[in-house]
Amino acid sequence: MGARMLAWLRNPLSVAIVAIILLLVAGELLSPGFVSQRQIITLLKVAALLGVVAAGQNLVILGGREGIDLSVGGIISFTAFLAGNVMQQQDALLMQGVVLVLAAAFAIGLVTGLGITVLRIPPLVMTLGMLGVVQGGLVLLTRGVPSGRAAPTLSRMVSEPLMLGLPGILFIWILIGAALTLVLRRTTFGFNVYAIGTNEAAAALAGVPVRRTRALLYALSGFFAGAAGILLLGYTEYVFVGAGDQYMLPSVIAVVIGGTSLAGGSGGYVGTMAGAIVLVLLQSILTTLNIPPFGRQIVFGVTLLGLMLLYGRQRRLRG
Amino acid sequence: MKMRLALSTQRRPYLMAVMVFLVLCVINAILQPSFLRFGVAASNVAAFLPMILVAIGQTYVVLASDIDLSAGTIVSLVNVAVVSIIDGMGGSGMSIALGLAIGLGAGLVCGLVNGLCVAVLRFQPIVTTFASGIVFAGLALWILPEAGKQVPPAVYRAYGGMVLGIPTVVLILLAAIVVAAFVSRTPFYHALRATGGNMQAAYQSGLPVAQVRIGAYTMSGLFASLAGVALVGETASGDPLIGGALTLSSVTAVVLGGTALKGCVGGVTGSILGAFILGLINNVIFFAQLPFEWQGLIQGVIILAALAGGVVMERGRQS
Repeated sequence: MGARMLAWLRNPLSVAIVAIILLLVAGELLSPGFVSQRQIITLLKVAALLGVVAAGQNLVILGGREGIDLSVGGIISFTAFLAGNVMQQQDALLMQGVVLVLAAAFAIGLVTGLGITVLRIPPLVMTLGMLGVVQGGLVLLTRGVPSGRAAPTLSRMVSEPLMLGLPGILFIWILIGAALTLVLRRTTFGFNVYAIGTNEAAAALAGVPVRRTRALLYALSGFFAGAAGILLLGYTEYVFVGAGDQYMLPSVIAVVIGGTSLAGGSGGYVGTMAGAIVLVLLQSILTTLNIPPFGRQIVFGVTLLGLMLLYGRQRRLRG
Repeated sequence: MKMRLALSTQRRPYLMAVMVFLVLCVINAILQPSFLRFGVAASNVAAFLPMILVAIGQTYVVLASDIDLSAGTIVSLVNVAVVSIIDGMGGSGMSIALGLAIGLGAGLVCGLVNGLCVAVLRFQPIVTTFASGIVFAGLALWILPEAGKQVPPAVYRAYGGMVLGIPTVVLILLAAIVVAAFVSRTPFYHALRATGGNMQAAYQSGLPVAQVRIGAYTMSGLFASLAGVALVGETASGDPLIGGALTLSSVTAVVLGGTALKGCVGGVTGSILGAFILGLINNVIFFAQLPFEWQGLIQGVIILAALAGGVVMERGRQS
């Protein structure tokens, strides 16, 4: 019983869930009324945005070989801008915008993936370089001035209640979560992802198409960043040039808090969803507290380090 | 001849960077005829110095196969700390000395904290230094919420002036190179590279792996604080966000200089060249009189191409 309890406590997903409950209690104690339906729904909307970005991040991290995608922030800004300019506040252009933007984001991710697999550039460097290119391209297109607006249906989807009082973005997130979990646990592609993340050489010998799988992971990361860009546009109606930057490193952290190992090969998306909620809850509690921005920042950083202490630790060199 | 060249790139991973650097110098000299004049060269060194210093520190961390994503925020923290101390104590000679001492001490402590988290508590380096960076940035905003305050003219005159006919900034650069050359001949440096090459093996052969990694992070903190001080001399005021962009550009400079993110291979010489390359790319784009909107994209593409080129060259060398 004791051992089981301990194992349960060691499981990152359960730690994240406990953290969510503790944060909710803390929030309610610190500012009564924190746990209201409206507040929770607002929080989940923000968490869904982060969660969609983290879906792609989760995939490239699972694929191992120091997988990470630092270009997601740039892709979000870029695609939000693109979507707004295609849609121009017209519902008739909504589908066109969505398809075009997702294709563009997938293509950007694919280029990154090919750089990493064919040219064998380390992911950190390749995605960092891609970030520079995408940001530069965005400045060229926008000239630093925000433009474009979301189609009204998109804004309604994201912000207003769709069913059971919940906004559409939550259903989209849950759908993505279910689909991704299914793909990772039940398809050949999913097995391949864990295989190359755990032991690439063994996977290659077992006939897994290592390069194709990994390139596809980065393309999918671009795709999810693009989806997040569209949702962000819907959430804020129009976006400023650097709007996506704030999602880059938090997406990595959501994945880590959710129990996916940065070494690759172990973890899953359900944990990441919980991780995204933990991060957003934490930020929101710090915002409701009456402390200046710098204090919030310090507490946030220290809490992240504290979370690392719980389960972000690497194995010992000894033994 | 080909073999000799191959051998020499193996022993000197920065040769690729030397070539890119020379090409950029030629282009820069064509676009800006005064480029080779002593005064212009010195002002270039002054402009690049903070990035060079951060890149030197980052090199030690990367050689041990870690990474420091907090370096830029340490620069900001030290920058505002030094300016606030000097300003708060009335700008006397004593206050300047104390400000510099506390500033450098703060950078050292920041690096030490990073090192302890990563090497002793076994936290994952990317997430840890991102989180600690949030804390450092928060502290910087606490000390000085927005850009401002001034240092007495003596400070920026000394920084922008000459000592024995040599510009102070050039002397600082030379001093940094001498220190780096000295460090690369110490047992610490060899243990560092061994740690980066194979941490487990280094540990099992009795090297003090934890101390070495802590040492590398401390060096990074120290060099970042030197960059913060250099920025005090350069801008004559404090800015809590001034170092933000230096983190990722320092990583880029290190990789451009031929140091492998996997650790072990590379060195400070390459990183200094890498920082010069990044600075010269900006210069070239500026003097080519490209329209403003194109600058970001072209800069991104050149950096990505240089990064890819370096990595591909290295692969060719190894196979």
